[in-house]
Amino acid sequence: MLKLEQLTKVYPTGDKALTDVTLEIPSGQVVALIGPSGAGKSTLIRCINRLVSPSSGKAILDDVELTALGSAGLRRERRRMGMIFQEYALVERLTVMENVLSGRLGYVGFWRSYFRKFPQKDVDEAFRLLDRVGLLAMADKRADELSGGQRQRVGIARALIQDPALLLVDEPTASLDPKTSRQIMRLICELCKERDLAAIINIHDVALAQMFVERVIGLRFGVVQFDGPPEGLTPDVLTTIYGEEDWKETIQKVDEEDLQDVVS
Amino acid sequence: MPVSSNKNGLKVWQRRDRNSQLLNWAGWLFGTIIFLYCWAQISDATEWFFVWDAPRIAADIGTRALPPRWGYIGTLWEPIWDTLNIATLGTLFALVLAVPVAFLAARNTTPNRYIIRPIALLIIVSSRSINSLIWALLLVAIVGPGIFAGMLAITIRSIGFCAKLLYEAIEEIDQSQVEAITATGASRWQVMAYGIVPQILPAFAGIAVFRWDINIRESTVLGLVGAGGIGLQLQGSLNTLAWPQVSLILLVILVAVLISEWVSAKVRGAII
Amino acid sequence: MSRTSTLQTDVRLEDLVGRQWQKPAFIKSNMWRWGLTIGAIIYLILAIGSLEVNWARVSEGLDRGLQFVLGFANPDFSSRAVDIREGLIESVEMTIASTVVGILISIPIGLGAARNIAPLPVYIVCRGIVAVSRALNEIIVAILLVAIFGFGPLAGFLTLSFATIGFLAKLLAEDIEDMDKVQAEAIRATGSTWTQWINYGVQPQIMPRLIGLSIYRLDINFRESAVLGLVGAGGIGATLNTAFDRYEFDTAAAILLIIIVVVMVLEYLSGIIRAKVQ
Repeated sequence: MLKLEQLTKVYPTGDKALTDVTLEIPSGQVVALIGPSGAGKSTLIRCINRLVSPSSGKAILDDVELTALGSAGLRRERRRMGMIFQEYALVERLTVMENVLSGRLGYVGFWRSYFRKFPQKDVDEAFRLLDRVGLLAMADKRADELSGGQRQRVGIARALIQDPALLLVDEPTASLDPKTSRQIMRLICELCKERDLAAIINIHDVALAQMFVERVIGLRFGVVQFDGPPEGLTPDVLTTIYGEEDWKETIQKVDEEDLQDVVS
Repeated sequence: MPVSSNKNGLKVWQRRDRNSQLLNWAGWLFGTIIFLYCWAQISDATEWFFVWDAPRIAADIGTRALPPRWGYIGTLWEPIWDTLNIATLGTLFALVLAVPVAFLAARNTTPNRYIIRPIALLIIVSSRSINSLIWALLLVAIVGPGIFAGMLAITIRSIGFCAKLLYEAIEEIDQSQVEAITATGASRWQVMAYGIVPQILPAFAGIAVFRWDINIRESTVLGLVGAGGIGLQLQGSLNTLAWPQVSLILLVILVAVLISEWVSAKVRGAII
Repeated sequence: MSRTSTLQTDVRLEDLVGRQWQKPAFIKSNMWRWGLTIGAIIYLILAIGSLEVNWARVSEGLDRGLQFVLGFANPDFSSRAVDIREGLIESVEMTIASTVVGILISIPIGLGAARNIAPLPVYIVCRGIVAVSRALNEIIVAILLVAIFGFGPLAGFLTLSFATIGFLAKLLAEDIEDMDKVQAEAIRATGSTWTQWINYGVQPQIMPRLIGLSIYRLDINFRESAVLGLVGAGGIGATLNTAFDRYEFDTAAAILLIIIVVVMVLEYLSGIIRAKVQ
């Protein structure tokens, strides 16, 4: 469904963030993108919805070449790609409901959105999603009154109300505590399954990635180093991605935690 | 090297070494000379005879001005109303005009960094550099004396002030919120309305009230050059040496300033 | 446990679906919201009604406005060069002298107006001085001082010094009140005298801001000095006033351009200096 062909990004400073990234993601597949900071994970997903313009290469979503779109076409395609951000990126001074409805901006005209007159079916869907993420009672609270985990749930609802085919998720758990991190990851993966959504999840926490996804892509210095099932992440593979370190600990710890999680 | 040895070979600590010490003294000396020169020039241009006489004149004016002519207040209500209108309407129009200028001047929202942004900055600096009284002088010559000239003067003077503070606020917004709205497929104007405007709204309200407070003060003196408001009465009273009226007008202005300061503090408190 | 139910309340989805949604109003009470809106509209109508624009006069004046704009394109620096030069020099002299004197006086007053280092009686007196200085418009002060001291730059110098005190002393006092108490306490704990304490514990903390504010005030004083001439208190304002009175818009434009350029240069320099001290 999503195809990247030799996607390359060189920043004006000369930093090469991505080099010839080629991969394909079938619909409904959830992929974790791992790698050290500065590996180009954020750049990669931003190149897909063109918040960052790639220098060369192609990104193709269902036969539409995203990298060749003009601004109107780009807006139309962006509606099909929901994005979830690291620091939530909610508009803090708007209410939870307005934040969720802002996911429909690509579908309604300016004045309609300006006067907050969204179609009734959008409003209903917003309520359903808020209920699904457990925040129905907070609909009219201002976003800056929420806790981190709650904000990320609003962020998820905002991405889903776009009715996307693909979710781009940028470090969804980086600002959250371990327990909330798991809940959020679980929520994202469940929702993807329910709606048959493909997703690319940037995540620096390898253990968390292994717990939830079916495919892992490892990035280092903007080059794909690994692409396979989570079981394939052996210490050797992790060394090629992250550099020299004793990985046995990490992997083992994951297993134990996982066990505990199952038990509890 | 702040630690140096003196003749006896003892280490002494000094805050600065000798060169920077000399430079420091030279700087102070130079500054003092400039100041003394300026003062000498002012002093030369002053009739000291009048200055020595000043306490007597001040006392004289004081006894003439007090008590204020309270009955005069009846004729002051209309100028007070005019003054309020000059300040309020001037602030409103200035805000309407300052918003686009601010968006054109802010680095992150300007459509063109090399042509449009410098023009917007030029508008801001021109408007800010020139006192509203000078704008009033000019506008009285153009549109004739009256409230309209005063209001335009306040408007023009305030555009730069408001636009400057506003564009600084726009440059400080959290870019990730804008990014998030952009990623939903929103149009340029929707990104503005959802991503940027909510973030700068508190700053905008604060600037509006702050400037309104300043404009109340400024509009009280615009009448001196014929641009309407209570300043006209002040000018008239000064010309006829009607000191009891002058003292009443000054009292009224003082009260107006205090009230406007109180109101702006209240409103700012309510917003933030 | 997909549905985190930490927020169990009586809000139910079934009640909300199908209902219209509205953004909660900024002012909750209906009465206040409508009252304020209607009040604002009535005020605006009355205020705009009081403007009394004489359009005939305006259209007549537009010609002069055009001349003025053209004056900017072709400013005349030469025909009144002597007046402009003398006025400008006088403005600069007034600016520098008054800023220096203003700073010197506002430091003790600023210290006195900070509640955390000054005893109450001193505090009240100093705050009173600040309040009076801030409440009186420069032009009004200038008028009174011209009446007392006669025409000339002395009145302007005194006006600007007085205004500087209100501005600097207030901000300085606020800065001292916000300073880091621990640093000041540490110095006091060494057994220092009051002046030593101010010198070591307080001064280093407020110095960068004091320098920044002083330069900012220099900038303001220059701008203000340009208008004081309108009421006879010296400086370039008198030349400007004459130019407007004679409808010599090209000369007026030249003077305004000079003011704008000087202000821009001052702002640029103050930006550099402030960046350096902080």
